[in-house]
Amino acid sequence: MTKMSENTVNIKDPVLSIRNLSVSYEKGRYAVKDVSVDIKRNAVTAIMGPSGCGKSTLLRAINRMHELYENIETEGKLILNGKDITDMPTIQLRRMAGMVFQRPNPFPTMSIYDNVIAGYKLNGMRLKRKERDDIVERSLRDVTLWEEVKDSLHKKGTFLSGGQQQRLCIARALAFDPEVILLDEPTSALDPVATAKVEDLLVKLKEQYSIIMVTHNMAQAARISDYSMFMYLGELVEYDKTKNMFTKPRDRRTEEYLTGKFG
Amino acid sequence: MEVATQIKNTNLRRRSIKDKSVKILVVVLSLITISPIVLIIYELIAKGYRQLSLDFIIKTPPDTFEAMTALNNGEIIPGGIVNGITGTLIMVIMASIIAIPVGVVTGIYLYENPGKTLANITRNISDILQGIPSIVLGLIAYIWIVKPITNGYSALAGSVSLAIMMLPMIIRSTEETLKMIPQSIKEAALALGVPYYKVILKVLIPTGFSGLLTGILLGISRILGETAPLMLTALGSSMINLDITKPTSAVPLMIWEFYNDPNMVDLIWSSSLLLMIMVLGLNLVSKRIAARTK
Repeated sequence: MTKMSENTVNIKDPVLSIRNLSVSYEKGRYAVKDVSVDIKRNAVTAIMGPSGCGKSTLLRAINRMHELYENIETEGKLILNGKDITDMPTIQLRRMAGMVFQRPNPFPTMSIYDNVIAGYKLNGMRLKRKERDDIVERSLRDVTLWEEVKDSLHKKGTFLSGGQQQRLCIARALAFDPEVILLDEPTSALDPVATAKVEDLLVKLKEQYSIIMVTHNMAQAARISDYSMFMYLGELVEYDKTKNMFTKPRDRRTEEYLTGKFG
Repeated sequence: MEVATQIKNTNLRRRSIKDKSVKILVVVLSLITISPIVLIIYELIAKGYRQLSLDFIIKTPPDTFEAMTALNNGEIIPGGIVNGITGTLIMVIMASIIAIPVGVVTGIYLYENPGKTLANITRNISDILQGIPSIVLGLIAYIWIVKPITNGYSALAGSVSLAIMMLPMIIRSTEETLKMIPQSIKEAALALGVPYYKVILKVLIPTGFSGLLTGILLGISRILGETAPLMLTALGSSMINLDITKPTSAVPLMIWEFYNDPNMVDLIWSSSLLLMIMVLGLNLVSKRIAARTK
């Protein structure tokens, strides 16, 4: 465990504390192995690593989306904003931890407006019209989509371009006013211009939210993240300020990954 | 060099001849394929259009004597097939009420549990069900409903046999439709904390609605023309019958009855035409729905 403590950056008042988290899909085969880490509030934290290193599983464990898979076993503790999430009702947890996926996935049957408040609608939470309008406008403004779509709020969300759709999906997650936003390679299906927009947006959003992002793209992590994790074979190899990790990685595996020797 | 070009040219000519003949062959074969449907529609319209009138869909059929008199006087046979139309509607609606909920729920179950033994068994049984001759389903409904429950031929028994016919089609189309919905849509809903049953009811079913509807409409158009099972269950009736425990007529049953009565043979063309219009109409509607949402 000495190695772990070496990795752990000293973060005060973390938004999320992960303690000895292990996730296995079958007995004895760990996707995530004994990860302990504190995530800084109002910052962008990137999770990097080669395919199959467990970074997506780690991200999904934060809002317990990984429980969808069968035979999953989870050990360890996750404390989100001071609350243990292990036995929290998923609706409550997922309001606190919004998620954005690799491919934009707006609900095809819903309008842009309904997509933004889908979380309320689908959970049967009734809102007054005014409240609803406010949430939709605030969320769309937050993702800088408001000006582009304010005249077509009742068109289907699937009419938007890929980048706009992805920002709509971020707005959908923001509508719940979450503590953290979890992004699973949010720009890997987007073109460079749309990618740049989403990146700018994330940097702006960290003023209000804490952002955890899985990325395959090292340059992207270097551009927008404040902290970086490097995972390999389910283990957290290194966790540091992004600047430190990219300039002087402490672990040989991190260095090899960052310099393109594997991954 | 010249020789080479020559060889090239002859090759080209041979190729273009080949190409043209294949193209012609394809067109001819396509024409042969569509000719039956064109001929069927032509025959039905040519022989049946005279009978088609308002009377035909609001009146009960004539008795043999009336029909014979009309035939002898060279007039159009009076009366219509309203009892068959109402019977068909009643039985198709009842069959749908039975088959749609059961089929859709089963389809959802199969989609959600692709690898489970029970799901595999259910899927195989559903496939087998699709291959069972319809007359056998009529026999089964006879044994289950006609004898013990309605104590005689009935619309209810007819509906049950039709429902069993519809069931596998609805199960299959529900499962296939849900499978086509990207997993990411489901994840989006779950990531918003939506409970599983609501994800199915409020996201998956609305997203796949057109597919489900297409499957249901095709199922209905299939049972609209079913005759064999109804002979053993609904039997037929010369009057409008709204009591589901009593014998009831249906359009295909009436065609069969007209066929057996030399004086009424003329009526089979118009009845068949009407049935064709219903089936084709449903097919077109379901095609439209499927195309609109793609």
